[in-house]
Amino acid sequence: MTRVALRLWTAAIVAFLFVPIILICVYAFNPSNIQSWPLSGLSTKWFSSTWHNQEMRQALWLSVRAGLISTAIALALGTMAAFVVHRFRFFGRDAVSLLLVLPLALPGIITGMALNSFFAFGGVTFSLTTIVIGHATFCIVVVYNNVVARLRRTSGSLTEAAMDLGADGWQTFRDVTLPVVSTALVAGGLLAFALSFDEVIVTTFTAGAQNTLPLWIFGQIRLGQRLPQVNVVVLIVMALTLIPVILAQRLTRDTGVLRRAPAVGAAKPR
Amino acid sequence: MGLLLAPPSAWFVVLYLAALVALFVSAFWQVDEFTGNIVHNWTFANFHTLLSEPIYRTIALRTIGIAAAVTLTDAALALPFAYYAARVASRRTSSMLFVAVLLPLWSSYLVRVYAWRLILAKDGVLNWALDKIGLGSVNVAYSNTAMWIVFSYIWLPFMIMPVWAAIERVPESLLEASADMGAKGWQTFRRVTLPLALPGLAAGSIFTFSLTLGDFITPTLVGGAGSDFIGNVVYRSVGVANDVPFAAAFAAVPVIVMTAYLLFARRLGAFEAL
Repeated sequence: MTRVALRLWTAAIVAFLFVPIILICVYAFNPSNIQSWPLSGLSTKWFSSTWHNQEMRQALWLSVRAGLISTAIALALGTMAAFVVHRFRFFGRDAVSLLLVLPLALPGIITGMALNSFFAFGGVTFSLTTIVIGHATFCIVVVYNNVVARLRRTSGSLTEAAMDLGADGWQTFRDVTLPVVSTALVAGGLLAFALSFDEVIVTTFTAGAQNTLPLWIFGQIRLGQRLPQVNVVVLIVMALTLIPVILAQRLTRDTGVLRRAPAVGAAKPR
Repeated sequence: MGLLLAPPSAWFVVLYLAALVALFVSAFWQVDEFTGNIVHNWTFANFHTLLSEPIYRTIALRTIGIAAAVTLTDAALALPFAYYAARVASRRTSSMLFVAVLLPLWSSYLVRVYAWRLILAKDGVLNWALDKIGLGSVNVAYSNTAMWIVFSYIWLPFMIMPVWAAIERVPESLLEASADMGAKGWQTFRRVTLPLALPGLAAGSIFTFSLTLGDFITPTLVGGAGSDFIGNVVYRSVGVANDVPFAAAFAAVPVIVMTAYLLFARRLGAFEAL
């Protein structure tokens, strides 16, 4: 009896989680200008006008660039931090892991406002750089978590064995450590990109007059403009955040780091 | 080691910590009413405005109230789910459920809020479905209720994951001991599992509470007129009024609330469960 109730509850929650996601994907094929349900049919007629919308394309391009650069920075800095925290015991080690998680732990408007006042204070003009600074700051922890989780599961005897067999530090890193963390790096990079590509709150404070794709979508929805095109773009954004996650999940099954909440918490929230 | 530690530390200290300090400092500045420039003389004027204008108190209380309601709702929704996934379901089902929580957790936040705007609209899916089963229609679009539903939806995975992990960690032997001593299934759940799951609930609540406190996208997209959150005021102060000092002062409210909440959650053992 309890089992049946629990099973029904679980099924209802899964439905609750997925119905909105499936629905919004269907809306991309809404032939009408009016966003009411049921749809009058299915059509791909808005896809080409969406693709030729210059504003949308610029926003998409800006988001892709911001995502790639932030991911690159996050990969470099996140990996360095992960190695240091994993390998060494030093004064302030806990402070480092806490600091890395802070952009995720504090509400998004805090990080956004902080960077905004910082740029205002320093007289910095908003540009791709300011967007990237915001994104990379909260992406670093994603890479860091992935790499640290992998390093923790890897036995230290592997590197010791390499050293014993006469490999120098660089050889050990290249032939042993790097292959071990490589999938964690790819997964961390994918997730960092997904996080950056979708971010709105911090970005509103660091973009100035520029539009990233989420900012473009947000603006259009608020003004109630070009909703059919918004529906199409939204489908693309959904895909571009889901696909990296699915890939990352396959690459990190061993560490379960994707839990995000507890994993982020290992050191600790968005 | 120094070589490896320097770049990430430099990034965080030079950019992020400095930014937080700039936020804190600018809360005590003011904007010159005539020129619109920030005037660097120390003043409590922003905080005085916050405390003396009733509208800001209403907004702060609304934000905190809905964040609390969302946290309780998510705890209630997540607990049976997490219990089933961690204790009852087969290995295969359990790993499928893991992915089923994972995908919404990482998928586009903005898109999911937009989906709910369409679902809750007057001629949306919700009213269509209610009408089909003969329940008439409801008018929840653009209201506090809508915000409550959408926030609860968006942050639910953040609650499920830590609660799940906490229940999974309860040793089988404890449950067996409880059963051996004659406790019924429900008694074991209430007296053994639930207290041990509490740190997980506390950990999840940090996310649901903090994420709701700092949001302004959901209130803008699914809230109605007069459903401003702290975030909306901060956003407009920067974007429209160009009053960074006032925005910084109001942004201090969620920081203070979160600090108090974190201290409370720590007493419940949230950090051990993270």
